[in-house]
Amino acid sequence: MIRRRICSGLCSVLAACAGLALAAGAASAHPHVWVTMHSELVYAPDGTITGVRHTWTFDDMFSVFATQGIDSKKKGEFTREELAPLAEVNVTSLKEYDFFTYAKANGKDVEFKEPPAGYYLEFDPKDTVLTLHFTLPLKTPVKAKDLSVEVYDREFFVDFSFNEKNPAKLVGAPAQCKLSVVNPQQMDAALSQQLSQIGPDQRNPGLTIGNEFANKLVVKCP
Amino acid sequence: MPVKTVVGGRQVIHIALLIAAALLLAGVLDAAFAQGGPFGAPRGGAAPAPPTSGVLGWIFAKQAEFYRQFSGLIRAAKADGSAAWSLFGLAFLYGVFHAAGPGHGKAVISSYLVANEETWRRGVVLSFASAMIQALVAVALVGIAAVLLNATAATMRSAVNVIETASYALIILIGLRLLWVKGRAFINAARNLHRPAAVGAAVTPADQLHDHAAHDHHAHDHHHHDHDDHHHHHDHAHDDHDHHAHDHSHDGHAHCDHDDHASAWGHAHAPEPEELAGPGGWRRGLSAVVAVGARPCSGAIIVLVFALAQGLFWAGVVATFVMGLGTAITVAAIATVAVGAKAWAGHFAQTRSGYGMLAMRGIEVGASVVIIAFGSLLLAGYIVAERGVGL
Repeated sequence: MIRRRICSGLCSVLAACAGLALAAGAASAHPHVWVTMHSELVYAPDGTITGVRHTWTFDDMFSVFATQGIDSKKKGEFTREELAPLAEVNVTSLKEYDFFTYAKANGKDVEFKEPPAGYYLEFDPKDTVLTLHFTLPLKTPVKAKDLSVEVYDREFFVDFSFNEKNPAKLVGAPAQCKLSVVNPQQMDAALSQQLSQIGPDQRNPGLTIGNEFANKLVVKCP
Repeated sequence: MPVKTVVGGRQVIHIALLIAAALLLAGVLDAAFAQGGPFGAPRGGAAPAPPTSGVLGWIFAKQAEFYRQFSGLIRAAKADGSAAWSLFGLAFLYGVFHAAGPGHGKAVISSYLVANEETWRRGVVLSFASAMIQALVAVALVGIAAVLLNATAATMRSAVNVIETASYALIILIGLRLLWVKGRAFINAARNLHRPAAVGAAVTPADQLHDHAAHDHHAHDHHHHDHDDHHHHHDHAHDDHDHHAHDHSHDGHAHCDHDDHASAWGHAHAPEPEELAGPGGWRRGLSAVVAVGARPCSGAIIVLVFALAQGLFWAGVVATFVMGLGTAITVAAIATVAVGAKAWAGHFAQTRSGYGMLAMRGIEVGASVVIIAFGSLLLAGYIVAERGVGL
């Protein structure tokens, strides 16, 4: 009896701890940064894909915050040179998050190298927005019949979306390659369909939970 | 042991588990809303994605929707002052929806209230105080760093990191202190279960346990039930001076808080005005309020800097405080639920034997552990993510 009572106290302690473990795993954010993207998939003459050229425009509030205190000759305007140190910080720290870019060629994960020099930030004084330009080269260029590139922050601190009018394009790709863009809403439907097709205790290596917010580029080169 | 008590004991266990589950839920929600990002909050690689559907998904969507309108409204307020009212209204709604990150300490405050047997009224006061401190810290930070020193975003970020580390460490300290006090009380309660009922109160050792019969605040709770089983009634693990814990306003010891008042019953049923009004009453929760409120909200800082750049810093300041008001309402509501749940469990538990007391102490120990664990996780997250995303 007594033991059981003592257990009741311990039970609540243990339950609370279990809750914490759960809570720790569930850490995720709501966004404070919005990025509107335009991405180019760059191909070599031999038909291999060599990299992704990103153009990311940040939302105005975050852009103003990020440029706060940066010295500029003209108030409220920043040149590429004045923004160079910030661009370097951006690119360096994005490395830690794999540049939020995940690619698969013929069903296999593709690795990226760090962006080479030449990346830069631009400031649009009218809309007060920053735009980051950088290229992510593939570690090894690859010929892919089936290529997908996804951009998302799994913790959702940064909310990515493709530019509606001009989301992406292929640069130098073989003529038979066709690009399509899948937005998060459509992904939801696709994902739930995928989920409905796998059993409860089955693992599907092709399914990435956490990419509901993914913006996906799909290239088919038959 | 009569069969009746066995059933009662089981109920107590269920209630204890229920409370644990409620705290746990608060914890999960809290973490689900945790902010990551440029201010160095945890950004581990394995975190699952936020929900896209259901209540949480809806809250996320609303929050983002409100936040996205801030910049337009601040710009509009520049040309037309009346747009400022829309800005403040939106800030309020944003605060209500946003009140969730660990920075807002929903789970920490709730656990603190449960572990520390606070009244719901004090819960509400603590929630509002911490939200206002949070707004004040954000305004002071941007006011000093951006307005006076023209510091960069990176500088503000490191300032936030320092504040954050201190606040998480303070949360751990508060939890450890509570665990020490409540843990001892729990052990005492457990030990006293072994005591034969007949000798019960009479053999209470003087060094640790006090006869509280004269303490009317407790006496009214304890004398109606369980005449078959008296021994637990006076088992409070009070130290000598804690015996006076209810008189803090004229208590010369100037305790920072009265955590060591380890009774499992009491306040929740009969909040006494002097608990709230006396200087001791305020001081009691000050450490928790500071620990929870010190970390400024990233959203508020960004809005303040943006307003500053638009030449409308004052509008950003007002919006930040209104946001805090919204935050406080949500935190207070959740804290009230936590305190209410515990009071409800206490109501059941006090009709049982000493096991009820034990269960209540168990809940308090659990809540203390939750606070420590939260502080540790936050602190560890800080260490891991020190580099931040730097965007």
